[in-house]
Amino acid sequence: MEDSTSPKQEKENQEELGETRRPWEGKTAASPQYSEPESSEPLEAKQGPETGRQSRSSRPWSPQSRAKTPLGGPAGPETSSPAPVSPREPSSSPSPLAPARQDLAAPPQSDRTTSVIPEAGTPYPDPLEQSSDKRESTPHHTSQSEGNTFQQSQQPKPHLCGRRDVSYNNAKQKELRFDVFQEEDSNSDYDLQQPAPGGSEVAPSMLEITIQNAKAYLLKTSSNSGFNLYDHLSNMLTKILNERPENAVDIFENISQDVKMAHFSKKFDALQNENELLPTYEIAEKQKALFLQGHLEGVDQELEDEIAENALPNVMESAFYFEQAGVGLGTDETYRIFLALKQLTDTHPIQRCRFWGKILGLEMNYIVAEVEFREGEDEEEVEEEDVAEERDNGESEAHEDEEDELPKSFYKAPQAIPKEESRTGANKYVYFVCNEPGRPWVKLPPVIPAQIVIARKIKKFFTGRLDAPIISYPPFPGNESNYLRAQIARISAGTHVSPLGFYQFGEEEGEEEEEAEGGRNSFEENPDFEGIQVIDLVESLSNWVHHVQHILSQGRCNWFNSIQKNEEEEEEEDEEKDDSDYIEQERFRIYPPGQHGYPQISFHNMLLQSFNPTFGLEHMPSPMAKSLKIST
Amino acid sequence: MDADSLLLSLELASGSGQGLSPDRRASLLTSLMLVKRDYRYDRVLFWGRILGLVADYYIAQGLSEDQLAPRKTLYSLNCTEWSLLPPATEEMVAQSSVVKGRFMGDPSYEYEHTELQKVNEGEKVFEEEIVIDKAVAIIPRGALFKTPFGPTHVNRTFEGLSLSEAKKLSSYFHFREPVELKNKTLLEKADLDPSLDFMDSLEHDIPKGSWSIQMERGNALVVLRSLLWPGLTFYHAPRTKNYGYVYVGTGEKNMDLPFML
Repeated sequence: MEDSTSPKQEKENQEELGETRRPWEGKTAASPQYSEPESSEPLEAKQGPETGRQSRSSRPWSPQSRAKTPLGGPAGPETSSPAPVSPREPSSSPSPLAPARQDLAAPPQSDRTTSVIPEAGTPYPDPLEQSSDKRESTPHHTSQSEGNTFQQSQQPKPHLCGRRDVSYNNAKQKELRFDVFQEEDSNSDYDLQQPAPGGSEVAPSMLEITIQNAKAYLLKTSSNSGFNLYDHLSNMLTKILNERPENAVDIFENISQDVKMAHFSKKFDALQNENELLPTYEIAEKQKALFLQGHLEGVDQELEDEIAENALPNVMESAFYFEQAGVGLGTDETYRIFLALKQLTDTHPIQRCRFWGKILGLEMNYIVAEVEFREGEDEEEVEEEDVAEERDNGESEAHEDEEDELPKSFYKAPQAIPKEESRTGANKYVYFVCNEPGRPWVKLPPVIPAQIVIARKIKKFFTGRLDAPIISYPPFPGNESNYLRAQIARISAGTHVSPLGFYQFGEEEGEEEEEAEGGRNSFEENPDFEGIQVIDLVESLSNWVHHVQHILSQGRCNWFNSIQKNEEEEEEEDEEKDDSDYIEQERFRIYPPGQHGYPQISFHNMLLQSFNPTFGLEHMPSPMAKSLKIST
Repeated sequence: MDADSLLLSLELASGSGQGLSPDRRASLLTSLMLVKRDYRYDRVLFWGRILGLVADYYIAQGLSEDQLAPRKTLYSLNCTEWSLLPPATEEMVAQSSVVKGRFMGDPSYEYEHTELQKVNEGEKVFEEEIVIDKAVAIIPRGALFKTPFGPTHVNRTFEGLSLSEAKKLSSYFHFREPVELKNKTLLEKADLDPSLDFMDSLEHDIPKGSWSIQMERGNALVVLRSLLWPGLTFYHAPRTKNYGYVYVGTGEKNMDLPFML
């Protein structure tokens, strides 16, 4: 067989470096899955340079031509000897095939790209002969399908394509003679177009023509997408063989879709990925800064450690306990919050800091930290309220200057209830929020009673942006940061509880009678607290107390009397202060929270709302207090 | 969330603040495996936790081969023993919608209503769960596909949504038989892929804005939360196969939603 084909082989050698081809082809052809002793093997014989492709008779389906291209480069030495022998032996191939397949992966890519460019416009053999690289299959393709060059650049395993062809033409292969096989595919294709003069030893039989036509049909490019069926099927089978999914036949159509989509996605990837992942990287950078901050300052570390111990809570420990109860944010998020809190304490002069919680919003969430500043390190004063009041006065005067005919309204809005001083009542703590750990912390403004009163009447979602307006009825005086602060105050006042005896009042006598602001504000941990049995804590609620002052219906914790009174009346009130001491104790323990706190608080609110402000008492009237005592 | 990837799913869904304690997690892992074997389900999903006043209900669902077939629901009080919830008739569904309020946590508790007969809490749990499931169980587009023979299968070539798709509400579907598909115009239907787009998308949910969609961990995780049924969290890591939903809440519908937006 070799002899007869030698001239042709020579021709082929010119085109393909070729030597390596033969062993490859033998291997590919001999793959176990395609048991037919491929006539494709004869291709191996092609080593000799072939001048006239045209001279070859047609064997349309030489998948090996595809296989050849990757082979062309490296394989020099092996070429001649194995070629005639190997194809005949299907058994030999399986093992060498596997490594061969993998090796092919690398070269084909480069081959393809190089080959495509020069070959683009020239489907015909002449340039092929001139080009020394292994590109046979590419011209072959171009000849067959017009726009197909890019296709070839994407074929991962050309040699497998060869096998494809083999499978299609199984039945026919046996009949093919070696001479025929030695011809390249491209040659055969050319034969279609240019009937080869002379060279072909064998006149194309009907079978061969049929095969040729079938392959030509398969190689026809789709007018819509520029693909052809041949390449697509070879790609798909390549992918399946690589990935080896279970029950591949069931997901065959999906794989087909994926392969088609893969053709398009590559071009856009380089641009799109950059934009999409930017926010990811930004956040990652910020959080990386979080992790690094601890190591920045070395000198003052001792001093900072002392302060840090006091200031920063053990967030991870608390998270552990919460997790036992089924509440929590997940370990790594908690850790990031811990680092963010540490950053907060480093940048602000903070006495004590606590992770208050997380509030979910529509677009973004809030992470809230409850903070107590060090003594004397207070924040800016609020001068805005004074300015507002002056403006109101000015306007009223302006109106008076107008014509007197217009009736003037005598309505004077009730004086706005002033907010509580910082460190007292609802403003006892300062709250910082951030959207995500790593983002800068923003301080929330102190809350004013009017905001709390209206916050009790409305129900709105948080968007996640602090400057968002709150559109509601009754209209909320402020934007989202004020609403957030009001809700935080309400939640703290309503739900922060501790076991009975855990906190005790500071031991300062003489204060009990003086308070103008009412209620003992400061409490501290009770060092003698010995804990209560779990069963006692669970069975009844009488062992739990609120340790945050309740917010009155007025919106403050400490009653503010907005009505001017005579001094006489005030003296009378002083006498009732003795009762009020007793009431204060009640107040501190208020009442054990009911089921989830709802019913009892509403009861209390009802009491307060019925309370008549004109009495001017700072505390609840005694009969009411006595009735409340029942609740303890 | 799938019982097979329970731990990872719980970690990803933990951003909402409610999760499971370690002992519950551990017992869930083993007990769901046994449930799958005993009832011969194809997949077992941990649906979530309904908070009651005294105790919580843990709910799981079992799926057969056809993903869209009616799912069997199981409940448990301690995550180790599971019982099937009895199927509900329509009358019971109507009844339970009338009885409002929190769950107690005792399956034999009977609600009293002046007009209707007493409603067993077990049934109420079931109907509530069905209602919530129909309303807000979500699947990303492409995770299931419909075969020409009818049954719906898990799509094994689903690689996850891309980032741009993950931020759009239209890439998520309700995990139930489609209700609104037939109402679409022909033009819209022409763009649909019948093997992938056979369920209702979230885009046209009423009221608009009842879903909050957020990217957490800097685009590495997309979380959808339902505002109509607070407590339903759906998570998906784009470009991966991880997705799931879990409900941890009181089982009450948020009727104030239009005012809160």
